[in-house]
Amino acid sequence: MSWLSRLRHTFRSGKLDDELDEELRSHLEMRVADNINAGMAPVEARLDARKRFGNTSLVKEDARERDIIGWLETVAGDLRYATRVLRKNPGFAVTAVLTLALGIGVNTAFFSVVNGVLLNPLPYPHPEQLVALDESKPNFTNGSISYANFFDWQKDNHSFSSMAISRGYGFTLTGRGDAEQLDAKLISSDYFVVLGANPVIGRTFATGEDKIGAAPIVLIGEGFWKRKFEASPNVLGKSVTLDGKNYTIVGVISEAVDLYRNAHPTDLYAPIGQWSNPLLPNRDAGLGIHGVGRLKSGVSIEQARADMEGVTANLAAIYPDADRGIGANLTPFRRALLGDIQPILLVLLGAVGFVLLIACFNVASLMLARSTNRTREFAVRVALGAGRSRLTRQILTESILLSVIGGSLGLLLAQWITRATLRMLPTEIPRAADIRLDSHVLIFTAAISLLAGILFGLAPALKSSELFLSETLKESGRGSSGTRHRAQSVFVVIEMAMALVLLIGAGLMARTLSRLWDIQPGFDAHNVLTFSISMPPSVSDASAATIRAAFRNVHEKFASVPGVQALSASWGSIPLTRYDDEQLFWLDNQPKPSSENEMNWALSYVVEPDYLKTMRIPVARGRFFTDGDNENSRHVVVVDEVFARKFFGNEDPLGRHITLQQGEIKAEIVGIVPHVKQWGLDSDEAQQLRAELYVPFMQLPDGAMKLAPAGTTIVARSDGSDPTLFDSLRRVNKSMSDEQVIYGAQTMEEIVSASLSPRRFSMVLLGVFAALALTLSSVGIYGVISYLVGQRTHEIGVRIALGARRWDVLNLILSQGAKLTLLGIVIGVAASLGLTKLMAGMLYGVSASDPLTFIGVAIVLSVVAMGACYIPTRRAMRVDPLVALRCE
Amino acid sequence: MRLKTDVLQGTLALLVLKTLVRGPMHGYGITLHIQMLSKEVLRVEEGSLYPALHRMAQDGWIKAEWGVSDNNRRARFYSLTPTGRKQLAEEEKSWARLTQAVASVLQHA
Repeated sequence: MSWLSRLRHTFRSGKLDDELDEELRSHLEMRVADNINAGMAPVEARLDARKRFGNTSLVKEDARERDIIGWLETVAGDLRYATRVLRKNPGFAVTAVLTLALGIGVNTAFFSVVNGVLLNPLPYPHPEQLVALDESKPNFTNGSISYANFFDWQKDNHSFSSMAISRGYGFTLTGRGDAEQLDAKLISSDYFVVLGANPVIGRTFATGEDKIGAAPIVLIGEGFWKRKFEASPNVLGKSVTLDGKNYTIVGVISEAVDLYRNAHPTDLYAPIGQWSNPLLPNRDAGLGIHGVGRLKSGVSIEQARADMEGVTANLAAIYPDADRGIGANLTPFRRALLGDIQPILLVLLGAVGFVLLIACFNVASLMLARSTNRTREFAVRVALGAGRSRLTRQILTESILLSVIGGSLGLLLAQWITRATLRMLPTEIPRAADIRLDSHVLIFTAAISLLAGILFGLAPALKSSELFLSETLKESGRGSSGTRHRAQSVFVVIEMAMALVLLIGAGLMARTLSRLWDIQPGFDAHNVLTFSISMPPSVSDASAATIRAAFRNVHEKFASVPGVQALSASWGSIPLTRYDDEQLFWLDNQPKPSSENEMNWALSYVVEPDYLKTMRIPVARGRFFTDGDNENSRHVVVVDEVFARKFFGNEDPLGRHITLQQGEIKAEIVGIVPHVKQWGLDSDEAQQLRAELYVPFMQLPDGAMKLAPAGTTIVARSDGSDPTLFDSLRRVNKSMSDEQVIYGAQTMEEIVSASLSPRRFSMVLLGVFAALALTLSSVGIYGVISYLVGQRTHEIGVRIALGARRWDVLNLILSQGAKLTLLGIVIGVAASLGLTKLMAGMLYGVSASDPLTFIGVAIVLSVVAMGACYIPTRRAMRVDPLVALRCE
Repeated sequence: MRLKTDVLQGTLALLVLKTLVRGPMHGYGITLHIQMLSKEVLRVEEGSLYPALHRMAQDGWIKAEWGVSDNNRRARFYSLTPTGRKQLAEEEKSWARLTQAVASVLQHA
């Protein structure tokens, strides 16, 4: 019989049965008829015929087995049975499904994060060939590549099929509605060749179009194209006015290549030669430019490193002033992109896995508890001929049904959770836009649902199939509940151990965060607003004197806005952000060094006199700048305590002079201020470059002053009276000029908080997982103790009847709970001591085995666990011995 | 007879196939036929016949159709398929070989 007819018969097995019945019946009738003809009495005839037929059921079953796909039918039967069983026990079913939905939902949500960020292949062809490039310099391992060096690297190397550089930049767009600030990237011509990205329409840059003085052209991003041009294909050839200059659009780039498009999408790509920074051609300039290269096929990164060593050594020999000591730093692209967040995400993935395990153990306990009530049912089935595997299959069907329903519910839950998680994600996480419930995630959900179902179904299935028929069929069978109880206890102990691990993890992160929050950054971050200002073209193209006058005007106008207490322009470094700027200098007792490598470095803050008042940084010694320190007076600088100690040791820096390389300006040190944490609340100490130098804004040399209109920051302290201060400032700004833009407003508090954001993300997630784990384990221990009380009601009745006090009963039950809890805590502590080492990199101010956290968490867990035991214990204490003894 | 071993099961198939050479027959008829021709030695029980019939139908040697019997009763009639005829020839050959072999052993042992 063919497969098709088998399949057909499976679904119409009723008809098959009837046909077989009829055939056998007609055979029987024929024999009866013959028997009667041969002389038997009708009754005898029938009896004889039936005897000869034997067991018709077996015949029918045999036939059926051949004619249908056997296992499919049994599965269908099992499913129908399982559904019936679950419907009869709604309480159990709902509890189990909700528990599983929670566990699976949370796992699915977090897995979608891991999938989008870590697992999804990068949107470039052959991403394993991509390498991140930087210059390695004395103070920076991942230092900026200079424009001049890049072209030599591109020309001289033998290991890259293409190489490119890029730098973030902000352009002011005018002429299309309100003036607006755009996020852009300055790139070399081969940028999209390296990435292997084709334009949506138009073309990318050709060789030579990235040189200084080339025609102003630009590529626009898909998002910007949709926003400003309604995705019209006629956009090619149109022009946009950026920073006052007209750029022709030659192509549109897809948003798929923009890895950070969730947090800051790239609006434009301009050739790097278009940057009006006069320092661009300087071989020794460090302008925040970084590179990426594609290795030739078959070339390994080590070979490329060796090749670049030769290239940079060669350049150092030709240009000793600029390139002595400069090497190339090659990092695999994926590691550079994800290296920092990968360990954190994996730790969190492990943590969320614990939550699912706890959920599974809970449901397994529930099923074990229920199976006590089903022993009779199973015994009957065994007596009817069901094999052990048949029973196991039945129970597994039930558990898989539960987990599939739970999984589907969990999927719905995951959608909501994922959305909430995305809102909380730190902006440094790349590829956040790729986080969604895609096919990988769905497969993952299906897989863990199935696995979970098998996992928690296995224990009860195995237990149920070990039956002692004679005992369980008796009315008063106590049954083999002993082993069932032991399994449940094991589950609870494991659950609590896992909950403890998660709680400790969350606790350590919470303490880290509170430690970090306590760190003084060196300034008062409250009520300080920072934003950037971009001057109109009339100012940016003017003389240095005009620019200075413009800035003075801006200061005056902004400072007089009600609500502004103090205000200062700031050029250079901004604490706790990724904006850092350095100055090279030499001391007054040193001759002018022959090359940059012999000069000293310091972090540079080019500010106005009110900066200290705005940031509430006190003066340690000497004085800060006044309005008298301007372009017409002698040059002065202020240094921080680290600078003083580093370059002057125990000598007094006040009155000494340093010569700044920029403009070869000799300046007198007139003041010392305390150190400000530039690099990070916790990471600043470990940095090499910490010396800080303050230079008066108006004393910038004319060449540097001409760059200021493009993107100077303003910091303003508000007195709190105006909650929408930035809007007020914006109005004042607009009244000054239509082409002047202020943008990028952030409070200093937000900046400090953002610097802590990755850690905070981990802490919140771990906290949520730990809370879930704690809840589930409490439910678990409640269930086990309840079950225990139920099983021992009879015994308790006997004890009370024999004179035991309520207190003794309490002791009896509670000590069971205490034993489990203690065991769970011991195992949990042991596991944590090992596992928290994995998080050591994220901690600050607490060790991975901090005793305070461990003890605190253990206490919390004990209290919660004992609390969960309370209700069943009270029930035990209230047992009426008469009632208990009566029901056998 | 209670057929347990493969050899005997194969024998039943052979008997059934040979019976059906005459033309289509229902299950009871096959039983009677074999009983009669073997002079009451071989009595096939229904519990063994029907599984065998179903097996042979699965293997494609016979096919089943509903029809009406002599005394106007509805019954399922089985008939030989071309494959079945080929199978019958094979089975007859193997049976001949088998009996030859057994006879030789008995002669010389």
